[in-house]
Amino acid sequence: MSHVDTLLPPQPAPPAVAQPITGTRLVGMGFVLLWVLLLGGMALMMFNNWDWEKFAKYGPRYISGLQVTLGLVAVSIIGGAIISFPLAFARMSKSRILSGIAYVYVYLFRGTPLLAQVFLIYYGLGSFRPQLESVGLWWFFKDAWNCAVFAFALNTAAYQAEILRGAIESVPRGQREAAISLGINKRISFWKIIMPQALIVALRPYGNEIILMVKASAIVAIVTVYDLMGETKYAFSRTFDYQTYLWAAIFYLVIVEILRNLWNVLEARLTRHLKR
Amino acid sequence: MNDLLPMIGHVIDPFCGPVGVFTLLAGKGLLSCGDTGWGDEIASGVFVTASLAIVTLPVGLALGFLVALGKRSEDSYARMAANIYTTIFRGLPELLTLFIVYYGLQILIQTGLSALGYDGRIEINAFFAGMIALSVVFSAYCSEVLLSAFQAIPRGQYEAGAALGIRSGKTMVLVIIPQLIRIALPGLGNLWMSLLKDTALVSVVGLSDILRETGVAAKSTKEPFLFYGIACLLFLILAIISSVFFSRIEVWARRSEAAR
Repeated sequence: MSHVDTLLPPQPAPPAVAQPITGTRLVGMGFVLLWVLLLGGMALMMFNNWDWEKFAKYGPRYISGLQVTLGLVAVSIIGGAIISFPLAFARMSKSRILSGIAYVYVYLFRGTPLLAQVFLIYYGLGSFRPQLESVGLWWFFKDAWNCAVFAFALNTAAYQAEILRGAIESVPRGQREAAISLGINKRISFWKIIMPQALIVALRPYGNEIILMVKASAIVAIVTVYDLMGETKYAFSRTFDYQTYLWAAIFYLVIVEILRNLWNVLEARLTRHLKR
Repeated sequence: MNDLLPMIGHVIDPFCGPVGVFTLLAGKGLLSCGDTGWGDEIASGVFVTASLAIVTLPVGLALGFLVALGKRSEDSYARMAANIYTTIFRGLPELLTLFIVYYGLQILIQTGLSALGYDGRIEINAFFAGMIALSVVFSAYCSEVLLSAFQAIPRGQYEAGAALGIRSGKTMVLVIIPQLIRIALPGLGNLWMSLLKDTALVSVVGLSDILRETGVAAKSTKEPFLFYGIACLLFLILAIISSVFFSRIEVWARRSEAAR
């Protein structure tokens, strides 16, 4: 019977396998180098043209623009969510008239550019001033911010209604039938059984919709609202300095990345019971 | 022959031709064609919008395909470059991308030319800048659609190609891409719709598209609701035409599955 009587001394780790330099690797390196040059060049341009006077003058304006952008997005997302509920139910209803109306609404708002909708509401409703004044709504529509929020809320309601409908319809029939067979009434089974499952499905599309809204909100600068983009355009028109746009780009990228990562965390947290 | 083509073009013109919408419906009003109405200006805007979107599509698709290849490559540098690309261009508002491209190209060309000793002012074409900006944005989203389509194609397809002795480039063209197109079509259709809507933004840097032409008409006639309403309607019609077109392509792409 044989047994081990000597221990092998500890060996060094095997040498790393040298990665061969292939065509793809060269191309990849080339593109990374291109990015480094491009972003580095922009950073260098910002550094060389840095001006404390401009920073003191336009810095606070950027911050107030950021607040306007975030406020605008928050109000229109919430407003859109409120409008989207009846819309989604109308879309799912058995009545052909109701679902037809909701379908046309969704198609209209998803088929036309948001910019055209904002123009239609901001400039177009101006020609109905006497009528609006007689109803007492003119104070609302004479302000560009209100018009933008109104247009955004109507627009995002169309998208959110589709998200909500898709999510509710994705919950299997059996869930509803199980609730009925347990004698749970409709309202409670909707809020306690259907909605919690639907909202998990809807979580990711909702996050995408918020990100799309943050990006779309830049167009309000065209109708004279001083949001982040509006302040950027103002600063550019005063200084003709290209880095004003680069600052805006950094702000938007940071907002979008924060939202994206927040959503990843949120999703991981809310779906932890589904992980195996 | 030289006279014939414009004549045919005039006859089948859907807006201002003999059977065009504006000729039939507008009469002598604000929307008539010719010097008194805005019909012909709006019609030219529709052609500009449509041609911008159509020109952008192949460029965006090609770029998006390259970025998708980079993302699924085994090389970490290629993946990194592709990921930076999509992070930036999906995170920036389209309007800001447009401004950055518009003024950035101007600065680049200007510095390039002044290095060569030319000191004139350069104005770059709004159509060109719009095309670049929109195809960059389109390709960033397109790469995601193509990437998920790539993941839907089983490994066995590549292996079967290799087993038959087909080179990897040819496997891609003959085996993978035909399946890829079929899987990616619905996603690409959605991207086309948003591309069509994003062209409206290029009116901001002075391209005479639908929104710009109707905007000019709205300002000078003081009828903003009518003209912006027409702009929305025209975009809607373009969207309807393209959804009909896309559903036909989808039927065509699935014709081999229909028999079973």
